[in-house]
Amino acid sequence: MRIRLEKRRENSRLMLALTPIFAVALTMIVGAIIFQALGYEGPRAVAEIFFTPVLASYKWPDVAAKAAPLILIALGLTLGNQAKVWNIGAEGQYLLGALGGAGVALVTKDMHGIWIVPLMIAAGMAAGAAWAAPVAWLKNRYGVNEILSSLMLVYVAQQVLNYLVTGPWKDPNGQNFPQTAPFTPDQRLPADLFGLPFPPGLYIAFALALVFWLVMARTEFGLGVRIVGEAPKAARYAGYRASDAVWSTLLISGAMAGLAGVLEATTQSGQLNLGFPSGYGFTAIIVSFLGRLHPIGIALAGVVLAISYVGGQVAQTTVHVPSATAGIFQAMMLFFILASDVLVRRRLRIEWGGAKAAAARA
Amino acid sequence: MASLDEAVGETPRLELRGVTKRFPGVLANDNVNLIVRPGEIHALLGENGAGKSTLVKMIYGILAPDSGDILWDGAPVRIANPRAARRLGIGMVFQHFSLFEALTVLENIALGLDAKIPQKKLEAEILRVLDLYGLKLDPKRIVTTLSVGERQRIEIVRALLLNPKLLIMDEPTSVLTPQEVGQLFETLRKLKAQGCSILYISHKLHEIVALCETATILRGGKFVAECNPREETSKSMAELMIGSNLKEIARGAGRTFGPIKFEAMRLSLPKRGDFGVALKDISFSVRAGEILGVAGVAGNGQNELMEALSGEVAAPDDSIVLEAKPIGHLGPTARRARGLCAVPEERNGHAAVADFTLALNGALTARRRMGFVSGGLINMGRAKGYASRVIGAYSVKALGHQSTAGSLSGGNLQKFIMGREIMQEPAAIAVSQPTWGVDAGASAAIRQALVDLAGRGCAILVISQDLDELLELCDSLVVMNLGSLSRVMKVGEATIEEIGLLMGGVHGDPEATVEMTEALQHAH
Repeated sequence: MRIRLEKRRENSRLMLALTPIFAVALTMIVGAIIFQALGYEGPRAVAEIFFTPVLASYKWPDVAAKAAPLILIALGLTLGNQAKVWNIGAEGQYLLGALGGAGVALVTKDMHGIWIVPLMIAAGMAAGAAWAAPVAWLKNRYGVNEILSSLMLVYVAQQVLNYLVTGPWKDPNGQNFPQTAPFTPDQRLPADLFGLPFPPGLYIAFALALVFWLVMARTEFGLGVRIVGEAPKAARYAGYRASDAVWSTLLISGAMAGLAGVLEATTQSGQLNLGFPSGYGFTAIIVSFLGRLHPIGIALAGVVLAISYVGGQVAQTTVHVPSATAGIFQAMMLFFILASDVLVRRRLRIEWGGAKAAAARA
Repeated sequence: MASLDEAVGETPRLELRGVTKRFPGVLANDNVNLIVRPGEIHALLGENGAGKSTLVKMIYGILAPDSGDILWDGAPVRIANPRAARRLGIGMVFQHFSLFEALTVLENIALGLDAKIPQKKLEAEILRVLDLYGLKLDPKRIVTTLSVGERQRIEIVRALLLNPKLLIMDEPTSVLTPQEVGQLFETLRKLKAQGCSILYISHKLHEIVALCETATILRGGKFVAECNPREETSKSMAELMIGSNLKEIARGAGRTFGPIKFEAMRLSLPKRGDFGVALKDISFSVRAGEILGVAGVAGNGQNELMEALSGEVAAPDDSIVLEAKPIGHLGPTARRARGLCAVPEERNGHAAVADFTLALNGALTARRRMGFVSGGLINMGRAKGYASRVIGAYSVKALGHQSTAGSLSGGNLQKFIMGREIMQEPAAIAVSQPTWGVDAGASAAIRQALVDLAGRGCAILVISQDLDELLELCDSLVVMNLGSLSRVMKVGEATIEEIGLLMGGVHGDPEATVEMTEALQHAH
């Protein structure tokens, strides 16, 4: 018997849709085995991580609150991933987005009006985009690898946050805690809307998923981004400049991460402190790939990853797995989705009595 | 067996008898004979597409002949794969190297060997071979830091470690500087002196005259002649390679041309990258309805010229003129809007995106000119309709506009690409290698489409290495050599000799040719 991988004439769309499901299923199976081997109740840990957050309705607000930033950031990253511009620094842009919003909050602390939140959001998006701008400039001007520069700016962003919340932006009435003053009611968004337990960020994320779908599939800009990623020479021939794609995808993904950050600040935390960084910017990379670089897939994948976050916390208390558990499961999902990619481009063929056939060919 | 033969010295090292290889739609090798004697440097000469590569792939066991015999030292053999070829004593140095950039010379050689040899022993062996043939190469160097000539030496050493009796060199000088060519020739002569036969594939006549004592000439997949290059002139070999009967191909006389539509005026561009070619003072003009051919051996600046004409590389504004307006500063999209379309040489990844549907590949260049785009949105209905029309009009064998470009055969994709540009009814078009690797039927259709387009008043520039094609298609002809163009010749007035000599760089831009000739003489 011989097992061979044969190249397909056309990529399989069915496999493109099915492989994320394989990846999640494999993660559950392998995860159960690993944690069993480590001395935990493996299958129960998997059930707590992946099913409890879905079955227990009181966990839904928590899932929604985590899905919103993941989807928003992943949508932006996906545009870059389509162009093969790898923004690994969304976490930094997310922090800057929150800082942009907090800066506006500081200035408007004695003001009232419904214009304040939109202004905070705009400032957050601008700050996120600004944090991605040097990455684009360095790549276009000096050929600096965007993976490195964007990642390094994450650490700079964390230092900026540390400096501001322990220094100039520290709440004067905060008993010397490293945090900003709490946002005023005019600076807050509600955590639920229309009587449903979902924050506004989730509705924004789903709406933007549709917008991104339209942009990627139906606009001249989206076509250009995809060609630059698929075939740079063809992009030049078709009249698209790779440097434009670097600028636009990095600025948009920076703005999206900034949006996620400012929404998180106004909806969930209501102030900034040293504990604000959450790792959403990194987890969103997994969301982008698990969602197959497709906006609708990302909306679904964002929910799955949010479930794993919430479920990881559940499993910590019920099965007593370590706090790194959710991260391990998320990493396995990325690993399996990338590995199963081979099935999109190739088909598995099992040849019975293949040795004889091979000998005849030789 | 051979040793019992009467004429031991006369037994050829390698003999091919009536070897035939057919690919779908093409007869790549038709009843080819070849005799390589021990210790001789044998040239395999022919234009692009003459069947040289197919023939050596059969000798090296990469392809199997459909019919015919291969004899090794007089005994018939079947060479099942390259490993079997190496076991017989056949080594090959490919045109494109397969090296790991991040590894050392030694590691690369070790990886390419069939047998496992301890590192110390291998290094000693490599140093011995380097010394024996006067090759300069440091086994400890990392490949990234090496020049192309040095990289080629790795491949040569890899082949020489097996003590080959026949070394196949596939266009070895196409990427070398003149100095490196000189060093290579010295090595090859030493090899020959030690009794190794060399099969040297090239279309550069001056090299063959300098190096080889026998030449087998292929044309259109057929064996044409075996000759001694030293007794022939470049002229006569060019004639054999290109075919002297080609003069009979006539262009419809009495065709009238309109005003000048498409011009280059003193276009010069610096070279980009280590192996780019600088464009030097290029001027031409094409009238409405005229087809101008650019002949020349690959790598003489054709790709650079194409990129300058398509707009992928910006040029001085007034060096490219379309319908009396300077367009040198415009990008590809703006040039298409003005009516200048282009088809680059490479189909996959340049003229088309393999993973995209034909509808999107149509939108690649036709989106603005054919009105698919309004307000930044692409009207996919129109894109699909256009792709379907191209598929229909050019009989592209595809399931429909939803097929990906990568699923089409080369010929069908080329028909789609040509159709996509031609149906935009350009005022002028620049086309590179319109029928490269395309079967005869599709080639004829593509050429006919170009002639018809000219008939509708389009100014056409065709860059090709297929001289037959240019003579069949074009009204006038220039030859490109080392980044410059020769004088314009009218097809019918130009002699094959003149074209062949211009292509080989014997005449043309004097400075660079002198440099090359000198390097060759030093190698003697």
